[in-house]
Amino acid sequence: MHKKLIVIGGGPAGLAAAVSAVENGLSPEDICILERDSEPGGILNQCIHAGFGLHRFGEELTGPEYAGRYIEMAKAAGLTITVNAMVLSLTDDKKVTYVSPETGYVTCSADAVILAMGCRERTRGALNIPGSRPAGIFTAGTAQRYVNMEGYMPGKRVVILGSGDIGLIMARRMTLEGAKVLCVCELMPYSGGLARNIVQCLEDFDIPLYLSHTVTAIGGKDRVESVTVAQVDENRRPIPGTEVTYDCDTLLLSVGLIPENELTRGAGVAIDRMTNGAFVNQNRETEIDGIYACGNVLHVHDLVDFVSEEAAIAGRAAAEKILGKTAPAVHSVSVRTGFGVRYTIPERIDIPAEPAEEVRLFFRVTDIYKKVRLTITDGNGNVLVKKAKSAVAPGEMESLSLSVESLKALADAKCETITVALEEM
Amino acid sequence: METRELTCVVCPAGCKITVTLEDGKVTDVKGQTCPRGKTYAQNEVTHPVRTLTTTVLLENAAAGTKTLPVKTNKPLSKELLFAAMDELAGFAVKAPVTVGTVLLKDFMEPGVDLVACKTVH
Repeated sequence: MHKKLIVIGGGPAGLAAAVSAVENGLSPEDICILERDSEPGGILNQCIHAGFGLHRFGEELTGPEYAGRYIEMAKAAGLTITVNAMVLSLTDDKKVTYVSPETGYVTCSADAVILAMGCRERTRGALNIPGSRPAGIFTAGTAQRYVNMEGYMPGKRVVILGSGDIGLIMARRMTLEGAKVLCVCELMPYSGGLARNIVQCLEDFDIPLYLSHTVTAIGGKDRVESVTVAQVDENRRPIPGTEVTYDCDTLLLSVGLIPENELTRGAGVAIDRMTNGAFVNQNRETEIDGIYACGNVLHVHDLVDFVSEEAAIAGRAAAEKILGKTAPAVHSVSVRTGFGVRYTIPERIDIPAEPAEEVRLFFRVTDIYKKVRLTITDGNGNVLVKKAKSAVAPGEMESLSLSVESLKALADAKCETITVALEEM
Repeated sequence: METRELTCVVCPAGCKITVTLEDGKVTDVKGQTCPRGKTYAQNEVTHPVRTLTTTVLLENAAAGTKTLPVKTNKPLSKELLFAAMDELAGFAVKAPVTVGTVLLKDFMEPGVDLVACKTVH
């Protein structure tokens, strides 16, 4: 079997990429979207809270509503989504092998592949929390699926480790459903979640947030019976004597997300160890020709609106490549990270002979800074772009755009690298 | 005169808003970057409201889905959130249902409806 374009994943990234490919001239019959769950929409289906779509649709939607919009757009574009289809492997020559109850074991080749597998949660195993292995320890997202989709309550007295948005959202959700959330503890001296979620998920329900605290012990043999929390020093080591033990039956972990790149690695696509996603150019094309990546499989996003935006870039680029409309690159520039910048997307800019549009660079800072200037400089130290910000934080993606003129100048000067950095003012 | 510092919860931007009150009446709102922020701040110091999102039981769904995500179409008085959850504890909806369908009219307060957030066949 052969398709012009295979999209792996039917969540917000996969749907937006496929819709964009159709909008840019590819016939929907030539596109195959493979989704492993029984319905499209991905993680949005379990994110029943509101706050999605303000950028993309100009209104505040719940997760299922946002997913529903894209499912309708995919239908209207004539796309079909193959559900219950689990992709087992991807090769560097773009052969995708998947299994599904309806079709059995299938290998399908493609002219282009878009990776849109999303991410998954870090688990207890990634944290090295000592203690036995009782029932009652869940990642926050697993608990979210139980409560919101399966209709089960995972526990009654809950401690949450990690103040990322999923942890905060679950503190509210468990409370509304009748559980007692004893506290949320956060290893870092600041929360990784949005300020609004600290207000509406914790303060509204008088749930304490302990910054610079971590879990040092889990008690209980068959089921969690207690969780011990201690303050940490500036090196994030627990301070002896500060331990407090909570009687509880459940520990939720909201301790980070990891792009799910087993298939990507299997195909030999190079991975950036800062993003845990593929190295890509501005079209979200990986270092293998015709394989693209977008959404949380590429880097973990703050807002689904930005996932849709990024996926549309990948979808358009894949369609243009398949239809032979891609202008070949005459020069490549690699994007480096300077002071205060953890990673950038893209990591590489491929400049065509006549660049037609600006390139927006997305990046995360390494720490909280006040009053900064964000800059892009070329190899000779010339500042190409600068932007002042009153505050930046690792939890919020920043961006700077390189104009068409800058791109031309970089190509003309055969500039090999540019650097994105932060200066304190 | 009294001032209160608030974090707006209307959108992910989370603007820091300063509200000035005199004799319990709002005289000034500063720091918001949109009109919705002003409304939020005024409500927050006089009569806090929140949109409720939750799930209700779903029966008869083709794919065996057990829950239906729902929300209030307008924010509800904050103090009514737990009463609203109690009210919905035994409430079930039969599939098929279309996103946006009003499931309960004037739910908890006049003018606030409970609506479906998902289409289920």
